[in-house]
Amino acid sequence: MAKIDALHPWKEVPLGCAILEAGNSRQFKTGDWRSKIRPVTDQEKCIKCGMCWIFCPDMAYNQRADGFYDWNSYYCKGCGICARECPKEAIQMIAEEE
Amino acid sequence: MPIQKGMEVSIAVSEAVKLANVDVISAYPITPQTHIVEHLSELVADGELKAAFIPVESEHSALSAAVGAAAVGARAYTATSSQGLALMHEIMFVASSMRIPLVMTVVNRALSAPINIWNDLSDIMAQRDCGWVQLFAINGQEAVDLTLQAFKIAEDPRVLLPVAVNLDGFVLSHVIEPIELPDQEAVDRFLPVFKPTLRLDPDQPVSMGAFGSPEVFIEVKKQVEEALIGSQKVAAEVWKDFGDIFGRTYKPVESYKAKGAEILLVTMGSITETAMTAVDSMREKGRKVGLIHIRLWRPFPFKEFFQAIREAKCLAVVDRALVPGGVGGPVGLEIKSALFEKKERPYVAEFVAGLGGRDLTVEVFAEMAAKAERYAKTQKEMRYEMIGVREK
Amino acid sequence: MITEDLKDFKRFTPKTLPKEEPLVSGHRACQGCGEVLALRMVAKAIGSPMIAVSATGCMEIISSPYPQTAWAVPWIHVAFENAAAVASGVEAGLKTLMAKGRIPEKKIAVVAFAGDGGTADIGLQSLSGAMERGHDFLYVCLDNEAYMNTGIQRSSATPFGAMTTTSPAGKITAGQTTWKKNLPAIMAAHDVPYVATASPAYYLDLMNKAKKAAMIKGPAYLHVYSPCPTGWRHGTDLAIEVSRLVVETNIFPLFEVIEGKYVVRKNNKPKPVEEYLKQQRRFSHLTPELIQTIQTRVDAEYARLLKMEGMTESTPTKTETKEE
Repeated sequence: MAKIDALHPWKEVPLGCAILEAGNSRQFKTGDWRSKIRPVTDQEKCIKCGMCWIFCPDMAYNQRADGFYDWNSYYCKGCGICARECPKEAIQMIAEEE
Repeated sequence: MPIQKGMEVSIAVSEAVKLANVDVISAYPITPQTHIVEHLSELVADGELKAAFIPVESEHSALSAAVGAAAVGARAYTATSSQGLALMHEIMFVASSMRIPLVMTVVNRALSAPINIWNDLSDIMAQRDCGWVQLFAINGQEAVDLTLQAFKIAEDPRVLLPVAVNLDGFVLSHVIEPIELPDQEAVDRFLPVFKPTLRLDPDQPVSMGAFGSPEVFIEVKKQVEEALIGSQKVAAEVWKDFGDIFGRTYKPVESYKAKGAEILLVTMGSITETAMTAVDSMREKGRKVGLIHIRLWRPFPFKEFFQAIREAKCLAVVDRALVPGGVGGPVGLEIKSALFEKKERPYVAEFVAGLGGRDLTVEVFAEMAAKAERYAKTQKEMRYEMIGVREK
Repeated sequence: MITEDLKDFKRFTPKTLPKEEPLVSGHRACQGCGEVLALRMVAKAIGSPMIAVSATGCMEIISSPYPQTAWAVPWIHVAFENAAAVASGVEAGLKTLMAKGRIPEKKIAVVAFAGDGGTADIGLQSLSGAMERGHDFLYVCLDNEAYMNTGIQRSSATPFGAMTTTSPAGKITAGQTTWKKNLPAIMAAHDVPYVATASPAYYLDLMNKAKKAAMIKGPAYLHVYSPCPTGWRHGTDLAIEVSRLVVETNIFPLFEVIEGKYVVRKNNKPKPVEEYLKQQRRFSHLTPELIQTIQTRVDAEYARLLKMEGMTESTPTKTETKEE
């Protein structure tokens, strides 16, 4: 469970424990959950098909203007679906320190 | 000017709901709540009430749908009784802690088993701790007035809690009484359109019903508790407004011939009027008996209660529910605990009576008053006494 | 009716997939969670304006731990068994407020999400009620075939033979002893305009079905196969692979029931079920005999599904009746 940074006094907790800022989980770094491996894309092989993007449970890929996909270390939990599903085998799971 | 007309109390309550201009009604039929929702569905079917009527498949869904409707900013209403209320139990707590303002009529009926369709308060007393504002009507006019007031209390930005208006099954819900239905124009002045503080709106997305870890859970509960306690002040303002517009006044605790009374009967709900008759006849016989009835059960109006009993030597508390294995009934339990802080306190004789529709006649009230007086004299040690149980 | 509702429907293609994410990063789903992936796809296909109603369960917990929400659209959670009932109230509330001019008139998709426990077991009554009453909403069952949030206990949607913490592989019985409850058939029996099954491996199919289901007026039901690497005990990279194999083996056929008509995505050369079962350790105890039992059942169920398609082929849809 994530620690709550802002321990508000009871009067400041939003009504009924509602969360007023839409999509603020973006602040939460799930990249810390990776254990030892991360994906790396070989752009020579990449055909910009977007499978890594659409099959990512953590929305850790974003398309750039040139059509390639950027990997986001902040959210990637290292599951490896992108590497397995890449039709061109352009994505490898490599040791985190590499 | 509105005039008094004889009408069935259930019908009058549904007319009050119509006057409150509700947007969504979700309901599941259960005796003795049925006449209320039947009439509401007729009003919707005839276009006299512009609202959605959701004929849900259970009471659990009735309350759930009402919560959903209120969450998008609709004025939501439901009604139930007994087993239906028990089925709602889970969502009762959710509705208050999510700060969902809605109104529910509880037509009080005994809880099974044995299955029994008649009146007592065991259904609502099992929901005592659910965080709702809980009001009790003693007659049809009160049932109508409290229904209108309930919306205003619930929707006040300082409250934002669900409100239960209780009326006794059959003995109140199904009787014909002279009732004055207010004018729509006056109701609109008293109760403007609901303006939600928070709602599900695609232009301003919020998440409602979030997961609360130990770091926030207790703060949320504190908030609900403060809002519930604070609702008494709001209720007082609402009652003031109501009195100004409609000329009928309401208080959290009402007294009847309490001045100079040494013995006070303590009642809730429609038995109060029978108890008043008993008080009248006892007074005629020169006995110093009076009565108080509790209209606002949650939040409990401690100050007004102490004020109302300050001259009494003895309280005869009439509970229509049992706390099994405990000290008696819920009202007696509340009162005894409240009095514990007082050095000077009256003797409390606690009676559990009228369960499952057992008739509470004038004579039974006289019997309880007489017993209370006797027990007080000897300071008899008692937890409670169950009235009317056949021993042989 | 449906043709009218879908007159502006445009199929997604790989190039036209929306960028908008109603469910954003930072959620707390497990590594490689197939359920959150399925949820993301459905939400993405529908997009804003929508109001999401969530049952208690994995997706509720992982997306809303106060003070952070992964929802960029309005979202509400009330309890476990009542997502369909809450959605009923949301829909009725919106409709009335729009009719009274209190909020602007526009189509807001009301979408209820629940797991298989919240749908097939504890929530079945409220779901049936909401479907029967004809609310304009979409109910999505994210089926990961057990109570994963509480620690992998069996539900009525757990498949035969699967090992869970309450259907263990014991000395006498080998995992779940009952066959998976057929939720799509139960929903189709409610005569709602649209019922479909989908699997995240077939993401375009899934997203098109979700979009369709949300556009159709009246109740729609989408049953989405949702792999759970944690509960099914398979690799964290296998959610898509497994959700492809389940279709290729005919264990979870993809089909639609459009106004009573079954339309099945054909697969006449299915892979043996063993290929699917062997990837998941929840099935690792199954004997060849039990695998054969499953194979026989899967073949029979698929044949029955095709029969349903044949039988309902000439069902006059409401649309056709109207056109005649």
